[in-house]
Formats: sequence, C-alpha cells, structure tokens
Amino acid sequence: MVREADPSLNEKQFVLQSLKEGLRVDGRRPYDFRSLQLSFHSDFGHVQVQLGRTRVSAKVSAEVVRPRADKPTEGLLLFNTEISPMASPAFEVGRPSEEEVLISRTIEKALRRSRAVDTEGLCIVAGEKVWSIRVDLHFFDHEGNLVDCACIAAITALLHFRRPDVTVIGEEVTIHSLDQRNPVPLSVHHIPICVSFSFFDGGELLVVDPSILEEQIREGDMTIAMNIHKEICALSKAGGIPLEMDQIIRCSKIATTKTAEITEMIQKALADDKAKRQAK
Amino acid sequence: MSRLELLTPEGLRVDGRRPNELRKIIAKTSVLAQADGSAYIEQGNTKVLAAVYGPQEVRHRMQILHDRAIINVEFNVAPFSTSERKKRSKNDKYDNGIKLQTSQFPRSQIDIYLQVLQHDGGTLQACINAATMALIDAGIPMIDYVCASTAGCIDKQPVLDLNYLEESSDSPELTVAILPRTGKVNLMSMESRLHVDMLESVASLATEGCEQIHTILDAVVRDTTQHLKDSLMQ
Repeated sequence: MVREADPSLNEKQFVLQSLKEGLRVDGRRPYDFRSLQLSFHSDFGHVQVQLGRTRVSAKVSAEVVRPRADKPTEGLLLFNTEISPMASPAFEVGRPSEEEVLISRTIEKALRRSRAVDTEGLCIVAGEKVWSIRVDLHFFDHEGNLVDCACIAAITALLHFRRPDVTVIGEEVTIHSLDQRNPVPLSVHHIPICVSFSFFDGGELLVVDPSILEEQIREGDMTIAMNIHKEICALSKAGGIPLEMDQIIRCSKIATTKTAEITEMIQKALADDKAKRQAK
Repeated sequence: MSRLELLTPEGLRVDGRRPNELRKIIAKTSVLAQADGSAYIEQGNTKVLAAVYGPQEVRHRMQILHDRAIINVEFNVAPFSTSERKKRSKNDKYDNGIKLQTSQFPRSQIDIYLQVLQHDGGTLQACINAATMALIDAGIPMIDYVCASTAGCIDKQPVLDLNYLEESSDSPELTVAILPRTGKVNLMSMESRLHVDMLESVASLATEGCEQIHTILDAVVRDTTQHLKDSLMQ
C-alpha cells in the first residue's frame, strides 16, 4: 500500500502554532466550513458536491426487488461507496481501506439508522415487490473531510431523486415510465447533516471541517450527524485522544448551527434547480 | 402492534430496574489456558468472552510500526447469541480506543479476540469492558482502565444500561467509554435520534455508569491478584 507522506515537522509546527493563534492555513476561522457547491446533473438524483476542493458525486437509482423475509413491507436503502486512487494515492483499487469502511459506516448510521428515508413508503406489494434505492457515492478528490461531503451528497441526491410512479390494480403492477407519468419524490423525513471535528493539542483546540493537512496532523476526531430539529442522528468518536465531556457538548452546539446553515444551502440549491427545470 | 411499555408509571423498567440502575455484572479473568490474558464478563444477559494474545511478532511484516505496537481486534457474534437465530455476517471492526502504552512494544502486535456468547443489548460496552479486563490479565501496561457504559432515553427519561428490548425499541442509545481516573471520554458513539438538549444528561448518566463499572472491575482485579500480593508479603 502506498502510504501518503506525512507532513514535515515544520509544516506540523506551523499549522499548530497558527491554530493556537486562532488561524488556519487556508484562511478560515476554526469554526468555518469551506465553500459548498452543489451541482445537479440533468437526470434526477445525480448530484456533485464540492466542499472546498473535496469532491464527491452521488447517484441514486431504483429497482424493484423482493423484500427481505423478516421485513415484508419495507423497501431497501443501500449505500455504496467507491473511493478510487483518483481521489488520493493513499487509496487502493478493490480493497476498501479502513477510512472508507468508516465513511460508509458513518453515512449508513446517519441516513439509514436514523430513518431519514421512509422505507415503508417504498413498498409496492407487501412480501412481493418493493423498491430498492441504491446510492452510489464516488469520491473524486480528497482534500479532507470526505465524510461530511459524502453525507451532503447522499442526502441531497435522495432529496433530488424521483422514482417512477407505480399503480397497483389487484395483483397487477404497472411501472410508468418517466414520459408517461410524472415521477414521484421519495419521502424524506428529515435531513441529517454530518459535521466533523478535529482536535489538536491534547483536545484543547478544535476545528470544524478539517482539510487534509489538518486531518494528517490531528490527534483526535469526532463526527456528529444532526438534523434541523436539533436531533443528533449519529455520533461517533473512536480512537484518538480522550476528550473532556464539556468539549463534546460544545461540539454538539456548534454542530447545531452548522447543520442549520448547510440545510438551508441544500434547500436553496434544490429550489433553484426545481425553478430551472420548470422554466425549461 | 401495541407498543411495549418500557417505563411504568412508577418509573420502573421492563426488567424491574430503576432508570439509573446497572444490570448485574459478573467478571472473571484468566478463563482461558492458551491466551496470554482472558476475561469473561456478564452484564445482565449479555455475555462476552475476550482473549488477548501478545505482544508478539507481527504477522504481516508490511504492517510493522517501528515506534509502537499494532493492535488487532477481532469481533465475533455467535449465531446462537440472539433469540432469533439469524446469521449475522457483520464484521464489525471498531477501534475501541483502548489506551495502551503501545510505545513500549515497538514492532509487535497485540491481538484481541472478542466473542459475544449471548446478546442482550450493549454488546459494545461489554466488549470494551471485557477487552480491558483481558488486557489487564495479560499484564500489558495501560494508562488506565477503559470502562464503557450505555445510556438511552425513554420518554424523555435518561436510562442507564439498555437491554435488548429497550435497545431495539428505536430509543436512542449512547455508548460512552471513559478513562475513570481523568474522567476523559475515550469513545462515544450513538445511533438513532436524540435531541441535543438531552445529550448532556444522557452522557452524564452514562459516565456515572462507567464509574460504577470501574469500581466493580477494579474490585475483581484486586481480588484475583490478591494471592500475588500475599506471596510477596511472606
């Protein structure tokens, strides 16, 4: 495996010293996110998210499958992450790295376990046919904080996605193609947004939305997924340095405001896209 | 389907505990002959076995770290551990953030094997506690105990140490692992939804649980090593 070269000692010192003075190398303040850009493709459920220079593309697709035997009335929601060496030479083809496993686990926790998407609404015929929604996440460029970027991409794609309309008459199921009937959106209960933190200097210093350099230097990290109703959907902090409980509570407060900001941006982008589509 | 009443009006839970009560904990060390350190822990009906091998030579030379040991954790859930016998191929690979003085063993590997024998909620916390005990049993120098506990929230009432019924009823579950001496949080993980205002009270309840667990585990360790102390005194 190609190990990425660690930043030099001078670089490390420089980053740490500037953090102590409340500055970050890329000119942000500690609690600032990088600029967020959402661009939609022509088909529904295909979105590219750029967070600074980190770039993730999400594509949602749907197919009709047989439901699981233990949950006959629930549709399926699958996430598939693909980190290629294109994003960073540290990643390998085929074998998922530990980082990738963690990213997909966090996204699954944030979006599936918190029941962001109504899976019961995806049922067509109980025990026979349900929709299986698949979210493919492709990572194009890695400049730190893949998790937040991927989470934003996944939920935006799910919000943007329209599935074909279905009518059920007796036993017969008709799936209408996109030009026959207007496709229907998924019912999304809430919008979980991941906010990642990195900790430095024994947990004293913290930054939001770490860049790759900060990720390499950090001593600990934590990700909080939250929605606009101030509900924590997932929280994960494993490994790294131990933290004070107060620090974690403070992070949750920061996450609340960041979540509100990002949710607003996503909704604005979706509304803009809708207006553009209607104008056509 | 009628909703199960998880908290009676008197404030008791399905298994008769009060909200801030832990389940009964039984811990044993040195339960396996082959392993360098091993432990068995029961928290209510959750039963976990842990074995530690090492520090030993690194199996794959590629992974060698020149300044510290690598820690390899393998986690396995027995198919008979739940009431519905279902195959779980979830290969959970969580770094449970055990605090070891790994720099004392450069170029070596420490293996921790965890086996869940019976699953009744709170496997992560039981696994962390079992791993801590096994590492202590193996005599590997640690900075402190790592004690883990879960806490949840049922009808806006924070409750400690959820069992399987409570866990699967879609109530939030927060697992916290702390270093009891400094009270710092080593691991924190949560699933399902919890309002941010409740986080503080739930987290502090979990921390309290961790401290209780620390007292119990510490008593077990002191008890099992008493004979060593006695033989020194003679």
